[in-house]
Amino acid sequence: MNELVVLSGKGGTGKTSITGALAVLAKEKVLIDCDVDAANLHLLLDPIIEEKFDFYGGIKAKIDQDICTKCKRCSEVCQFSAIDDFVVNEMACEGCKVCFYECPVNAISVHNHLTGEYYKSSTDYGPMVHAEIGIAEGNSGKLVAEVKKVARELVDKEQLILIDGPPGIACPVISSLSGADFALIVTEPTVSGVHDLERVVTLIRQFDVIPMVCINKVDLSDYQVEKIENICITEKIEIVGKIKYDPTFVDALNQGEPIIEFDENNESSKEIKKMWSKIEKIINSY
Amino acid sequence: MNIVIASGKGGTGKTLLATHLAQGVSEIRKVELLDCDVEEPNSHLFFNPEVLHMEAVKILSPEINSQHCIGCNICSERCEFNALSVVNKQVIFFPELCHSCGGCIIFCPTDAITKGDKILGKIEYREADNFEIISGRLEIGSALAPEMIEKTIEKANKNKISIIDSPPGTSCSAIAALSNADFSIMVTEPTPYGLHDLKKAVLVAKKLEVHVGVVINKYQDDKDIITQYCQEENLPILIKIPYSKDIAEKYANGKLSINLTHELRPIMDEIERMVENE
Repeated sequence: MNELVVLSGKGGTGKTSITGALAVLAKEKVLIDCDVDAANLHLLLDPIIEEKFDFYGGIKAKIDQDICTKCKRCSEVCQFSAIDDFVVNEMACEGCKVCFYECPVNAISVHNHLTGEYYKSSTDYGPMVHAEIGIAEGNSGKLVAEVKKVARELVDKEQLILIDGPPGIACPVISSLSGADFALIVTEPTVSGVHDLERVVTLIRQFDVIPMVCINKVDLSDYQVEKIENICITEKIEIVGKIKYDPTFVDALNQGEPIIEFDENNESSKEIKKMWSKIEKIINSY
Repeated sequence: MNIVIASGKGGTGKTLLATHLAQGVSEIRKVELLDCDVEEPNSHLFFNPEVLHMEAVKILSPEINSQHCIGCNICSERCEFNALSVVNKQVIFFPELCHSCGGCIIFCPTDAITKGDKILGKIEYREADNFEIISGRLEIGSALAPEMIEKTIEKANKNKISIIDSPPGTSCSAIAALSNADFSIMVTEPTPYGLHDLKKAVLVAKKLEVHVGVVINKYQDDKDIITQYCQEENLPILIKIPYSKDIAEKYANGKLSINLTHELRPIMDEIERMVENE
């Protein structure tokens, strides 16, 4: 079993569209959408939900006003300023239970908190696990960990777990990277893209993960492409694909199809096919 | 006044809008640009990059003195984040899992765990022509982006208009930025991805009771799905920015477009109106 996670640092570089295309090309695999904050892979792969699960991503404290003696111990110990006027603000509560243990009259209880749901689905390209975080709910990193756990249970006969990752470098990205074997970083030749690539590469170095780079919208700036190439040389990262700015991606998305299904002979589709054979080679060499 | 530039989906043009808007507003009002996309702060790249001043942001972290540990295990039993385990009277601490709740420090009966701190990130101060840029930068490897966002927003100057560039997404980080908003501008693009994530971000803003205006970037025509959605939901569309190769190339190389700053006039008028009603 191998895990390939598609990341970017910067948002909107093309992670989901490229993951969707790779989903068509990869043979035996399970798909995961780990961008649970803004999950979009289902818009391309049109999954049929087979099982739906509630996700309790944490606990929240509650103060029983009939027992509370208003001693203020709870708000003194709360590091998250989550207790205001002896009422718990659920949005700020981290579920650390410190108030629960410290309350001298046992006025505080904790309860499981529903933060989202996740789905086992089927697509034309194989099984898919995806999730939806509740409105204004936190703990997306835990939901990512849960979705990955479920996918790993499905994978025994399959070869690959292909993961559409979240942008950034913090909690949900760290969760997506843990246990991954390979990372495809989709970047773009802009000052922001280059800056964010450097940060995500530094993060990946803290994990036992082999990185590869795909430069999307490669014709936007030769100067920034050169900068990306230099980073990849210094970091010894292979650039596996270079894709030009191509409105066909949006046309395919409007049609709800991965670009390779939408137009197999399109330049970008051909480039992604070439890229996939390079990625397969790298995966098979380990 | 905090104006939070948000989006749901990444790469729709938050930083493009925040930088140009700060530049535009600076000509008429006292303004500052706060970069709260602490995982990937990029706004400063479009101005003078020199850091004038920098401060470290620290957060509570337990310090362990195993000599005092009696192996009672209370700390690891009570840690909700699995950040502590006790083996042979040795406390093993996993800093990447710690949420800085301080519980273990309070619970330890022998004071083997005391109050320390760790670096969460840093705040960088830079000067553009007419305004200050304050950027929060999360330490790489830290998961605590929302805490870093809070610490960055605390630096907002109440006497200025603060244009706040925020992270994509709709969970912890986006909530941390939006919770502090007086008004939110959601930047989106007319694609199914853009619409899906905008809907989610708008629901978050509604729950937080923050008013929303929408900017459609890479706009094509009036039949687009975002315009339709905004009409249905009665959301004001502040401006529509057509796709421009010139803006994209300037942006790629870290340059602002004067033409785009001029196009932002309707948003600046809206901000003026809000300032006067304050």
